[in-house]
Amino acid sequence: MTVVADKPTEAPLARRTRILRKGNEAIAEAAVRAGCDAYFGYPITPQAELLEWMARRMPEEGRVFLQAESELAAINMALGAAACGKRVLVSSSSPGMSLMAEAMSYMAGSEVPLVVVNVMRGGPGLGSIGPSQGDYFQATKGHGHGDYRLPVFAPSSIGEAMDLVATSFEVAEKYRTPVILLADGILGQAMEPVEEVYRMPPRQDFDWALGGADGRPPRVVKSLHLKPEALEAHNRHLRAKEAAIRDAETRWAGERLEDADLVIVAYGTAARVARTAIALARESGMRVGLFRPISLWPYPDVALRALAAQARGFLVVEMSAGQMLEDVRLALEGARPIAFHGRTGGMVPTPGETVAALHRLDRRTGGSGR
Amino acid sequence: MTVDELTVEEEPRILYQPPELLADRSTSYCPGCGHGVVHRLVAEVLGELGLGPRTIAVAPVGCAVFAYDYLELDFVEAPHGRAPAVATGIRRVMPDAFVLTYQGDGDLAAIGTGEIVHAAARGERITAVFVNNGIYGMTGGQMAPTTLVGQKTTSCPTGRDPAFTGAPIPMTEMLAVLPGVAYAARGSVADASSIGKTKQYLRKACQVQLAGAGFAIVEVLSTCPVGWGLTPVESVERLRDVVAPVYPPGVIVDRTSATRGG
Ligand SMILES: Cc1ncc(C[n+]2csc(CCOP(=O)(O)OP(=O)(O)O)c2C)c(N)n1
Repeated sequence: MTVVADKPTEAPLARRTRILRKGNEAIAEAAVRAGCDAYFGYPITPQAELLEWMARRMPEEGRVFLQAESELAAINMALGAAACGKRVLVSSSSPGMSLMAEAMSYMAGSEVPLVVVNVMRGGPGLGSIGPSQGDYFQATKGHGHGDYRLPVFAPSSIGEAMDLVATSFEVAEKYRTPVILLADGILGQAMEPVEEVYRMPPRQDFDWALGGADGRPPRVVKSLHLKPEALEAHNRHLRAKEAAIRDAETRWAGERLEDADLVIVAYGTAARVARTAIALARESGMRVGLFRPISLWPYPDVALRALAAQARGFLVVEMSAGQMLEDVRLALEGARPIAFHGRTGGMVPTPGETVAALHRLDRRTGGSGR
Repeated sequence: MTVDELTVEEEPRILYQPPELLADRSTSYCPGCGHGVVHRLVAEVLGELGLGPRTIAVAPVGCAVFAYDYLELDFVEAPHGRAPAVATGIRRVMPDAFVLTYQGDGDLAAIGTGEIVHAAARGERITAVFVNNGIYGMTGGQMAPTTLVGQKTTSCPTGRDPAFTGAPIPMTEMLAVLPGVAYAARGSVADASSIGKTKQYLRKACQVQLAGAGFAIVEVLSTCPVGWGLTPVESVERLRDVVAPVYPPGVIVDRTSATRGG
């Protein structure tokens, strides 16, 4: 078993090298380096390389890898391991996420930390194996039953995904909650040059983790509170926790916003298309910027709303029929016109389509209509 | 025996005391329900083997979800049927823990069939307690996969018809064919002698885990007077005379005596 220091590990600058690595594998290695104790999974495209990487790397490190009989079993194994205070990762793609929904609700209710990677593919149903952002609703408002929210982080590059793996473990353990890392088939499958910089969040001493009632009273990790008063109190506690997460963990990035009077709102792979479209639009004299939410819940609504003061209009670009669009509407509260461009089913919006949508928005909002 | 002999100054000999791992608390189980007996057997066996301080137990969804209120052990509550998967996760990250699951027949033999089969097939070093009362107790006495042919429940009000809903599943026999299952036995709470035997099975199923031999399961035929519409006394009679002949008690497989992979 490799002993790794329980503190952030950053390679000295001189030793930093850039390597070409596939998204799924980069996420997996980042989890290994973040001190992941156990991984449970079930094969599904386009995330299978993540599981395969863990199958090789976790035993090398003397840690736990297990291929489960289903996503249902995988996440319940994760529940057991995480209830013992271990750092646990599961990953899947869209259809598998539906199967994990039940346990996500239980883990939210019983406050068990876990990192869940969803490499989204086209749906509904078996859909396709192409990239998609069709699980935005599921990740930010859905998964299991009940009244709860989970932090959702959406990287738009492989390097950012690696960093967000460590962030996800940190947030999961700090707030005792499952965290979703929401990627898509392109981020999972593409190869990109990445710097091998890893972070291992410090270990906490959990006063709730199971390990046997040896010299202390028994501990119970559970979500059942039969008395309505007790369950309401528990829900209030969860709400307070969510408020704390909203305050401290809202993340977004802005690009070329300084002079922008039109703003594209996009996350993940769609944000990369938007970046290209913005460069093209700026060549024709348009002043367009990018607002890129990194935390999809909590949604960076305050920051987005503030942009209404400078922007004439907003264009939402998604690999879906318009899901984040609803959060943009909620954030802007009708302050400015909102346009939408989305492709579905594994199709990806092109920069050309996006520029055309920008031109339409420009005309609609009183621009010169170039 | 004379009065003098009775007044000899001698410490009273303790013939029975409640097991330490059983909480001193009144129970939420119905009168005549078998869960209380099985809880006590689990507490006795774990106590006698000194396993309390290293046990991590998994509670099911079903009447026995409250097991953590009565057994003084670390517990995690699994979603309905998923206890064997949850226990697998614990097993894999806690090599020194003693891992126990406790499930009803709806939990284990219906919604959780996949999880129990694969945990058993992997030979997970866990001890599974499977309480078979032939009915869904918690939700009001509906048909379970273990409900007997002809038995009336709230969801088969005219009696279970095998042409319509199949025959009862002999879960433990099914599991016993898997090489990963080191030990499988079936006991009952019908009477004192069956309870005594059940305790022996449970003890063995714990020792099997300690020896690292593989998966161990003890099915316990149990009563649900409220769900069955019988008195507690009628329930144990039915358990002995009607249920036990369909699910014969005894050791179903014991691979610990044979040399494995010899
Ligand atoms: C996913 C899901 N489906 C259904 C239920 C409702 N439910 C609770 S307990 C139970 C059956 C329990 O029966 P059994 O396992 O035989 O245990 P018993 O209550 O008889 O001890 C059901 C169906 C649930 N809680 N979760």
